[in-house]
Formats: sequence, structure tokens, C-alpha cells
Amino acid sequence: MRLTCPICGDRDRREFYYLGAADYLDRPVEGEAEATHRYLHLRDNPAGVTRDLWQHEAGCAAWLVVERNVTTHEILQVSLAKDEIRDAR
Amino acid sequence: MRVDGKGLVHRDQSVSFKFDGQTYKGLAGDTLASALMANGVRLIGRSFKYHRPRGIMSDGPQDPNGLVELHRGDQITPNVRMTQQEIHAGIDARSQNHWGNLTWDVLELNDLMAPFLGAGFYYKTFMWPKAFWEKLYEPIIRRAAGLGSLSMAHNSDDYEKAFAFCDVLVIGSGPAGIMAALTAARSGADVILCEEDFRFGGRLNFESYDIDGQPGAAWAAARVEELSEMENVRLMRRTTVTGAYDGGTYAALERVAQHVSDPKGAPLETFWRIVAKGAVYAAGAMERPIAFRNNDRPGIMMASAIRGYLNRYGVAPGKRITLFGNNDDAFRSALDLQAAGLEVAAYIDSRPDAEIKGDFPIYKGARITGARGRMRVDGVTLRTAQDQEVWLTTDCVGMSGGWNPTVHLTCHMNGRPQWNEQLVAFIPTPGSVPGMEVAGAAGGTFSTKGCLKSGIFRAKTVLDAIGISAKTTPAPEAEDSATKISPLWVVPGKGRAWIDFQNDVTAKDVALAAQENFKSVEHMKRYTTQGMAPDQGKNSNINALAVLADVTGRSIPETGTTTYRPPYTPVSIAAMGAYAQGHGFAPQRLTTSHVASVKAGAPMIEAGLWYRPSYFPKAGEVTWRQSCDREVEMVRNHVGVCDVSTLGKIDIQGPDAGAFLDFVYINTFSTLKVGRVRYGVMLREDGHVMDDGTTARLGEHHFVMTTTTAAAGQVMRHLEFVHQCLCPDMDVRFISTTEQWAQFAVAGPKSRDLLNGLLDAPIDNDSFPFMGCGDVSVGEITARLFRISFSGEHAYEIAVPSRYGAALFDALCTAAKEQGGGPYGMEALNVLRIEKGFITHAEIHGRVTAFDIGMERMISGKKDCIGKTAAQRPGLLGDTREQLVGLKPAGAVKKMNAGAFLFSPNDEPTRTAQQGYSTSVGFSPTRGMLALGFLRNGRARHGETLKLVDHLRDLETLVEVCDPVFLDPEGTRARG
Repeated sequence: MRLTCPICGDRDRREFYYLGAADYLDRPVEGEAEATHRYLHLRDNPAGVTRDLWQHEAGCAAWLVVERNVTTHEILQVSLAKDEIRDAR
Repeated sequence: MRVDGKGLVHRDQSVSFKFDGQTYKGLAGDTLASALMANGVRLIGRSFKYHRPRGIMSDGPQDPNGLVELHRGDQITPNVRMTQQEIHAGIDARSQNHWGNLTWDVLELNDLMAPFLGAGFYYKTFMWPKAFWEKLYEPIIRRAAGLGSLSMAHNSDDYEKAFAFCDVLVIGSGPAGIMAALTAARSGADVILCEEDFRFGGRLNFESYDIDGQPGAAWAAARVEELSEMENVRLMRRTTVTGAYDGGTYAALERVAQHVSDPKGAPLETFWRIVAKGAVYAAGAMERPIAFRNNDRPGIMMASAIRGYLNRYGVAPGKRITLFGNNDDAFRSALDLQAAGLEVAAYIDSRPDAEIKGDFPIYKGARITGARGRMRVDGVTLRTAQDQEVWLTTDCVGMSGGWNPTVHLTCHMNGRPQWNEQLVAFIPTPGSVPGMEVAGAAGGTFSTKGCLKSGIFRAKTVLDAIGISAKTTPAPEAEDSATKISPLWVVPGKGRAWIDFQNDVTAKDVALAAQENFKSVEHMKRYTTQGMAPDQGKNSNINALAVLADVTGRSIPETGTTTYRPPYTPVSIAAMGAYAQGHGFAPQRLTTSHVASVKAGAPMIEAGLWYRPSYFPKAGEVTWRQSCDREVEMVRNHVGVCDVSTLGKIDIQGPDAGAFLDFVYINTFSTLKVGRVRYGVMLREDGHVMDDGTTARLGEHHFVMTTTTAAAGQVMRHLEFVHQCLCPDMDVRFISTTEQWAQFAVAGPKSRDLLNGLLDAPIDNDSFPFMGCGDVSVGEITARLFRISFSGEHAYEIAVPSRYGAALFDALCTAAKEQGGGPYGMEALNVLRIEKGFITHAEIHGRVTAFDIGMERMISGKKDCIGKTAAQRPGLLGDTREQLVGLKPAGAVKKMNAGAFLFSPNDEPTRTAQQGYSTSVGFSPTRGMLALGFLRNGRARHGETLKLVDHLRDLETLVEVCDPVFLDPEGTRARG
């Protein structure tokens, strides 16, 4: 498997660290116990397109949002997490 | 027997080699298989289950019988394919799978037992008496099972792993592969051409076709010569592409030095990962056998292999050869043999309407029903179209049930091949591997002209897709005959007809599986073990499923194939794991004091990837405890020096650095004054402790964070996550400087005296109070000094750029000696911190909260931080939690262990009665055995007596629960 880091280019997956669903970008505000529980523990598990967080740990250290299809293994898009957040705001 | 004037071997270069202890002579360019055949050796191995005598069947990597062990000194490489292995003077090959010698194999008895040993035999037998399994059956089966053996010695051979990148990867160098490589190379693409054989040309080297009026092999050699002169082409022979993976990644195994007597330092094999923008898969096709009675006898081969050995190696596999096929291609073997002046005993074609002619006996609409001979075939019985039985004397039989395109790699990413009625074969489904196009026979194009054209066309498709404009390359002239075939899988009749030669599966076994309701092809495979030998069913899969389709009344496409998985041919684990044994298993990180520590006799222990000194033995000290006790007392009474460079150091800068630290730590850092250090705890978002350590403020916008050795990488990743993913607008940057700074703890009542003997300007309690920090000068080098303590003593940590580390350690140790001190290791460091109740990752092991370690009050109420909300969840607070406690012996206790469990003294020590556990144990020279641990509601239970039990290490002892801080709870020593 290979990912194209927006900063470094096309790299082997061994350079990347996988965290989990991009849901981790939407951190609830302090004190929202129920929302925090959902944020931490509840995930969809689609057979299809997922959005996940990866880090180019052995490269530029950028956190990435990787959109891929888990049934075909197709990588649809790789973008910088910080850009995703700024776009969302 | 060699045939004059034939073959691509070097007639003037004789090579001697050893097989089963006997020395033979072959020619340069021979494989073990061809050289032994030239020497008249037919019997080369024994079959897996019945131990039947076996000979070479084919001329490629799929041969089911030609597997040998190669011995080199005390090294053995098992299951080496004789059909690929080149001979050389140093080769010592030995046949496999026999008890006794190859000719007199004791286990041939199994063949007589065949009526009882059919499919499912193991599942049905050896069930009783039950006690016999472990003592009798299993040892015997294990002794008899398996092909080849290992030396059991350490593998001292060299292997290598490598990466390669290209525009176009061409897999296979037959007519299709060569034209694909030429087209891509002439268009300027960066090309890698992989060929599993040691000679480029693929099938052309085994055939007698002409291309552009030249013999095919010569044409191929000329084209490869042209490719070798191009700078944008890498030619990789002896390289099998074994798997196709995501993102245009292909695995390949190169046999680098298995073919030479002296590798001259070269690795035996190299495991490649090739990343290609596009690929042309031109892996060709493999001929399949026909199942008839005793079709496994030595001398019975693939029809194409018979002409293959003649054309490639100039060897005649027999003197009176019979051919049996269901397609026109089989007839080519008869023509090649005749042209070479060899005797064709008969050509037998199952098709009544076959359009063939020749001046040797031809039987149309006929079938071979059985073979005679044990150690080698000496005759066959055939049933003619007129239903007459005819006996033929023959010493070699070629069979051809048609050709299977080598679809393997096209299925490695979940692709399924499609059945083609006309070709009577499975062909790849287009697009099965993104970026890979299939050319030539692998795609079902069998004529030479078709292959040449297909190679050009597929290369163009790939070039288009990767944005390289293809230059037109004309297709050379070659034969272009149509594929004519009529299905024939099994000749009905009595006796055993082999489907899977390597695992001894017969047509009857497949039928039996269906009869016992293992009707799915995947079930049949597992029940009969068909296709599960090292050849992975290359010879047998399609035949087996055709038989299964027939007995279950389904069509072949309805029955379907089993799953083709990588690797295409076996890959030695040693190649995939190259370097990863002994010291190569993991990187080694060494501190700047490493050399001095080793020189001082300190045993080094692993801490993650780091190596740290365990203790520094002095003359007269026999046990580690003696050294450890002395070092602890040295720090408590004088001064000790310890390398703490392995702790993670993260340099954090920016106007928002303080706010950022407030967000990752539970306590506040934005209020920390410049020149001060603060202890901090950080949580994971789920409320559990991630790490702890000190962070110093060097400037208004400049902090240095220390992490534990174990969590340095995790914390760095976490900080990047928090910054980039949660607060990207914070103006802060950080970088790991762990390896840039050498840092040493100087601990003990005389630590300041020691430092003042070394520093260019002395320090005092005002310039460096407890938890103070700042720059100092040592030997005119600017160093960072932190007054922090992990021992509870008056202590400092001094950091210099790593290049000065060794010199500073030396100077510190010398100065320490003058103060009655010296270096101390991990054992003493551990005792010192246990005495103080300081935690490490033995305590914050991932399942404890700030509440559990008594630090919940550190969580600031004035700000949010990572893990703050989750830390308040029910279940993570309160008296049901296991809380940090100290444990000390109650009475005479000889031993305490970390990882032992706590029970009430009257409870049975069983899992459900468990109330806590110990995490760290140390022996304090002044206080005896001490431990830290976690106990349910532990903070309220100081003074209770409990039972500490470790079932694995045979420990059961009484302990008293106490405060985790055993020494100086007020902290006056550190402030002194």
C-alpha cells in the first residue's frame, strides 16, 4: 500500500502511522460527557469509503486525512488534517 | 542423453556437480533437472504420501517432483526446484522425502496401503485409542510428513531486502514481455524487466519457432542485448515476481548467488519491493497433465517439457517417446522430436477429428488408459477409437491436457479469472490489478505472433495511462496458428490417476470428497489437500476442479477456482526477514556514555531501542545486588552520576507554547516562570495517563519537555496530533532533540560541590533553587542545567550537545570519585525512585488514571485539557478504583515480585478474589524490600496486611499496605 503525502509525495505505507477514523478531528467541548463518549468510542464501520487519520511519522510528521475505499483498497484523496479543519471552520 | 546440435548449453564447458553423494558431469547452462536427465538419471525423488518413485515432469518452476535440498557446510536450503537450479562445481544436492535411500524407500509401503490412505484418511483414522495420538501417531506422522528438512543450525547465509522504482515493470521475458519492454523502453519509460529463469526469452528458449526468420531464442537474445544497452532499462533475471499488492507494489525474489560456488560476499537471495507506475504481466502459461492410471511414473512428463529439454538443453528425455494430447500444441513436440532424429513411438490424440499428419503411428480419438513400470515407465496401454486395447513399449510419455494461462498475479488483489470455453482455460479478468495489463499467453493469447502483438499493445495501454507517449514498434513476423483443443481431464478406468503429483491426490480422492459432501472447491481442496503442496496446485488446480465439476454435475465456471494467493512461488522467510536476526533484529540506540559504561564493566540492558548500564561493578562485588546497594548508598550519602539522555526531549517554541502545554498537560504551564521547571502529567483523550515528566521554561516562548524513555515517540506523535488536528491555529512549533543533547543526572548531597568543581562559574541555591533551570558554562561550552531530582536527593541534570557527552560523562565520573561517588546504573536508579514513590511506566501502564496515582487534584479547573472530560467518567473515580500504594514486608519476607497479585490473607488466591497487584519491587539498603502496587481503594487501606501471591514464580507472602513514599515525604533532601 502506498499513500501520497501532500508534502513529501508518493511513499510506502511503512512510513505512516495509522490512528483511526477522522471523527477524531471533531473534539467535543469540555464537559460534554455524552458527546465525549461518542467521540471516543462510537464509530461507523462502512464497507466502502472511509476517512481516516494517518501520520507521515517517518517523513514530515504531517497528520493526514486519507479517504479510501476499504473494499477496493482505492485511495481517493489524501489531504493535510490542518487544512481539513480550517476548511470545516 | 544429449542430442547433437540442439540446445542452448555450452558444449565446451563441462561442470561437475553432486546429487545424492554421487558426482556427475553436466554442461554450463544446465539445470539440475536437465543435467541429471542427460546422465540418464530418472528417479529424482519420492512422492509426499505414498512415497512413489518420481521423475522430472516439467521444465519450469511448477515441477511437482524435482525438489531437492542444497547442502553448503552446515546449511541446508530445502525444496529447491531442480528445474530452475543451475548446476555449479560446489553444488551438493540431495533428494528428499525418503526413509532409507532413494531407490529403497521404506515408506513405499504406504503405496501398498493406498486403499486405506485415501482423502480424509488422517481425519478418519488415528482417532483411537485416544492416548496413542500424542505418544505414537503424531510423532510418526510428523517424521513422515513434510518435504525437505532444515539443518536446525543457525542460518548464517546472507540475505538482502531492497526497493526499486520504475515507470513500467514487465513481468516475464517471453515474446510478449520482450515486446512490451522494448515498446516501453523505446518510448523513454524507466523499465524493469523481470525474468524468473537465468536466461531471458521465456518460452522461446524451449521452442523451435522462428521470429523474423531467426530462431526464437536468438531473436530474444538480440532484443535483450538491445535492452541491456539502454540506460532506462534494468534487466533482472533469476527474479520471480511473487505478488501484486496495493499501489503498484510488487514483491520479487531474486536468486542472487544460489547458482555459484563462491558468492564472493553476495547475498544468497534478495527480496525486492518494486514500485511501478504501471506493469505488463507476461507470465506465460503452464501446460496441464491428463489423469490416467499411473500417470505419475518417472518418464511421464509434460509434452511441452519433452521438446523443452530437447530445444533448451539438447537432452532427449527418452529413446522411444509417446505423446498423448487433446490439442494441436502437443503435436509440436512430436514434430520437434522427429526433426531431431528421435523415435516417436506414437502420437495419441483424444480428438477423433484432429487435423494432424506425420510418418509415425498416429492414433486419433484414442486415450492412454494406463502406464506400466515402477521405477520408470516402460509401456502404456491405450484404447483406440475403435475401442481396442493396444500395448505400446515406450520409455517416455508426454501428456498435454492444454495450457493454463498463468493468471496468478491477476488474482492477488481479489480478482477472479473467467472461464473461456474456446480456450478451455481460465483467463484473467481485465482490471483485476489496477495499473497492470496482461499480455501474451497469460491473457490467453497463445500464438507467437499474437504474443508479440499483445506485448506491444499492452505496453502502449500502460504508457498511455501513465502519461508517456508510446513510440510505434512494429510486430515481428512469427507463427500465428489458432488454438485448437477439446477438453480431456481424466481417462476413466480402474486404478489411481494422479491429479496433484506433489501431494498425492488422485481423481478418486476428488470424487470421494464430493461424495462426502465437500462439494465446494475450497472444501474439496482442504479435504483432499489438493493444491496445498509447495507448487500450490500449479499442475493440478484446474484439473481437480474439472473433475469436481464433473462428479457434482456442475459446469467449470459454476464450480469456480480456489483463491490464488501470493507468493507465486515459495519465498524463503530468511529473504523476507533479511538482516532481522541477531543484532539486526532491531536498531540499537547508544548513548554517548556507552563506551565508557561498557569499559567500566557495566552490563547493558535494553530500554526500548536504547542500551543503558544496569550497574557498575567494583572489584570484589560478586552479585548485582552488592553493586546496586553500594550505588544507592553512594547517591544518598555522597553523589552519583547517571546518563539520562534516553529520556525524550522535545523543544517547544512559539507565542502559543504555554497555551499549547496547558492543553496537553493536566496542570498549568503558561504561568511557569522563565528559568523554572515543573512536573507535568498528560492524559490520553480517554482519561488515562499517557506520560509524565518535567518541562522547563527556557524563555518566554521557549520550553523543553522531557518524556519518559519508553513513551518518547508516542508523546511526539501525540503533540503533533493535538497541534495539527485539534488546534492548528496555535502559533507553536516543536521538534525532538533527544539525540542532540547528552544529559546526565548528578544526584546526592554533594552534587553541587561536584558541579562547582567543573562549572566555569559556581552556582548556589539562589541561582539554581529546587526546580530552577538555566544556562551554565562548562569548559567554555554552554550547557543547560536543571535542578530536578528523580532520586529525592539534592540533584541536577546537566545537558550538553551530544558531541561533548562522552567528555562530560568522563569529567563527571572523575569529579564524583573525588566526592566519594561515581556512576550509577538502572538498578540503583530504580531503587532510588521506588524509595521516593516516583512512578515509571511500570505504574502508568496505560490502564491507570490521574486519580489512581493520586494526582487528580493536579487537573486544573481553569482550563480544558486532553482527557479532562473523560477522566470524570463514572468508573474512573472512587473507591472501586485500584489506587497506588506502597507495600512492605509484614514479618520475615525473603522475596517480593513485581506482577504478583494482592489478596486478603484469608481468601483463596484465585482470580475473582484478586484486589490489586504489585508493579515495582526494589531492595532498599536502608529499608529492606519495598514495592509499589495498585490496590482497590488502596489510599484508605494503609496499615492493612495482605497476601502477595505469584503463582508462576511460586511466591506467597504477607505484606503491609503503606504510603507509596517511603523516604523523606516532605521533600527536604531535594530542596537542601
